Amino acid sequence: MPDTVIQVENLGKMYTIGHQQKGSYRYTALRDVLADGAGAFLRKLRRPGKSFTPFNREEFWALKDLSFEIKQGEMVGIIGRNGAGKSTLLKILSRITEPTTGRVRLKGRVASLLEVGTGFHPELTGRENIFLNGAILGMRRAEINHKFDEIVDFAEVSKFLDTPVKRYSSGMYVRLAFSVAAHLDPEILIIDEVLAVGDIQFQKKCLKKLESIEDSHRTIVFVSHNMSTIKGLCSRALLIKDGEIVKDDMPETVATHYLADAQEQQAMIDFKDSYTAAEISFLKAYLCDKENNLSSSFDNRDAFAIHLEYKLHKEIRGLRIGFLMETIEGIQVCGATDFVFTDSTRKPGIYKSKCLFPAHILNSGKYTILFGADKFPYTQSLMRTEHCLTFEIEDIDRERPLYDRRPGIIKPTLTWQVVRPYPKNQ
Amino acid sequence: MTEPVPEIIIEAGRTEVQYWRDLWRYRELFYFLAWRDVLVRYKQMVIGIAWALLRPFLTMLVFTVVFGRLANLPSEGDAPYPILVFSAMLPWQFFANALTECSNSLITNANLLSKVYFPRLVVPTSAVIVSFVDFLISGILLLGLMIWFNAVPTWRILMLPLVIAISFAAAMGMGLWLAALNVQYRDFRYIVPFIVQFGLYISPVGFSSTIVPENWRLLYSLNPMVGVIDGFRWAIIGGDVQLFWPGFLLSLLLVMLVLVTGIRYFRHMERSFADII
Repeated sequence: MPDTVIQVENLGKMYTIGHQQKGSYRYTALRDVLADGAGAFLRKLRRPGKSFTPFNREEFWALKDLSFEIKQGEMVGIIGRNGAGKSTLLKILSRITEPTTGRVRLKGRVASLLEVGTGFHPELTGRENIFLNGAILGMRRAEINHKFDEIVDFAEVSKFLDTPVKRYSSGMYVRLAFSVAAHLDPEILIIDEVLAVGDIQFQKKCLKKLESIEDSHRTIVFVSHNMSTIKGLCSRALLIKDGEIVKDDMPETVATHYLADAQEQQAMIDFKDSYTAAEISFLKAYLCDKENNLSSSFDNRDAFAIHLEYKLHKEIRGLRIGFLMETIEGIQVCGATDFVFTDSTRKPGIYKSKCLFPAHILNSGKYTILFGADKFPYTQSLMRTEHCLTFEIEDIDRERPLYDRRPGIIKPTLTWQVVRPYPKNQ
Repeated sequence: MTEPVPEIIIEAGRTEVQYWRDLWRYRELFYFLAWRDVLVRYKQMVIGIAWALLRPFLTMLVFTVVFGRLANLPSEGDAPYPILVFSAMLPWQFFANALTECSNSLITNANLLSKVYFPRLVVPTSAVIVSFVDFLISGILLLGLMIWFNAVPTWRILMLPLVIAISFAAAMGMGLWLAALNVQYRDFRYIVPFIVQFGLYISPVGFSSTIVPENWRLLYSLNPMVGVIDGFRWAIIGGDVQLFWPGFLLSLLLVMLVLVTGIRYFRHMERSFADII
């Protein structure tokens, strides 16, 4: 019977939201506090006896009364929409922020990986950054020295060890950063959506590394939007919705439950204020058919277009707007960005990135899309939505005489030739 | 390597117990963060370390000419005026740099604070350590000056580490206050340069504190840097330099007070750093 290594009891986290603080103005200016204080004081003078709160504040519970246990060697996936409280939970587990109520017991050394390459400095060389990043993640110098060669080998950057990382390609950068983290040796590892970056080859390698970590009886808590990763890696999944656990079961069951919510087809979404950050806000996203009408079901023989409107608050260097398409079962179909080149900049203003998706690619079925944005050096995303658009591909032109769905995700138009290669022999 | 499996309990207001142990566990991070800042600073500079020498040297020249020659202020004991100025320039520059770096340290490392756990005290402390490296480098200049003027230090030079520790505490204390306040109220970004500029005039950097009238000296010592600078001069110049003990002790007391309250305020605010930064 394995030990309980993570025990969470009645965990809650409350944030107070000041109503005047919106968008990028998250910090308070002393001036405002003084002005508000003085204003409240004056009002109090005019109407004594009645108390005024200086701020128009609202309480917001990001996590409400969460309780669960994780046993040693378990690999638990956490699923939930943006704002469901996943990140808050991870931040509490990794001790970045304190809970408001409840308690957590952790047995063993904890390492958390909420972002790839935290603390990397562009001016420093690869070698120097390995030591710096390792120290930040909690490794001892002796430990880093011991694993140095292994880290370098894994990241495949041995030739560029003494080059400042600002000259690295974004792939190399991510590989190096992940490699340091992958060589942490904690009993409990907490990972946020970090596998979303990097190329497929390397992602696979990282997943393998993570699986080998599981073999050695480490406990891993893992957040991902990618259902197939969760299904492939985890032995258990938690679904969090509005700060509460609504499902705690096998990954398949939980994933189906989660995706059932997104089952409705949606051709357009107005993001309102839900995806607003200091540099960029997503405004709305929609799908159009070849006649440019909003639609959520397309003929396999026609192209369609994916539109995303967004607003830049600042000039951004090397901005990439992209989408990720998955089947409703959570298998990744493709992802693409409007990347131009690293040094391109986009000035503040409202933009639309439109992607024409060609005909004769997708097989019939239901698909979902999520959007994201990042900027140079592409190690963390500026913005990432949940699965927000859902559409259906209809395959009218199924080959006769069997009106069967062809297997697989893609249905390309292929050219067949039937010939007799050895006509003389037979 | 068999370490006992540590148990961590996370609860509101509970971090205190583990905090100082963690600070010890993360001791190498002090070094690494300071090392990063030093490395980055000198990496893209042509004359690199020379900056740490040139700035105090030129300031010393100007102060010697303005206060020593033009205003004809007296030196302390029989010390040459440049040494008088430089022995104050050293702790002052250290204090000013440390304060500036320290108060901005949390903001410039905001990304670290919101993504990784470690005792937050590491960040401002490393910032002070970086300024301390500069301090040591410009210390070489003082050595050169003393050789040039044939100034032989007395036994009091042995007390120098103690005075350095006091100046470290002063920079640290003020720095922690400002760093924590800076996270909450970004206005402090503008206040710090003002404090530094203002402090240069009200601290006895370009002149000796002996020119302050006797009955005002205790009041003057309310500026903790007065005690620190007097201590430096007392230890470096030696000879017949007298330390104004009541003032020095008052400054020392204030430094300790600021340091202790600074740490407490920082610890109090630290919990919410990740939420508001």
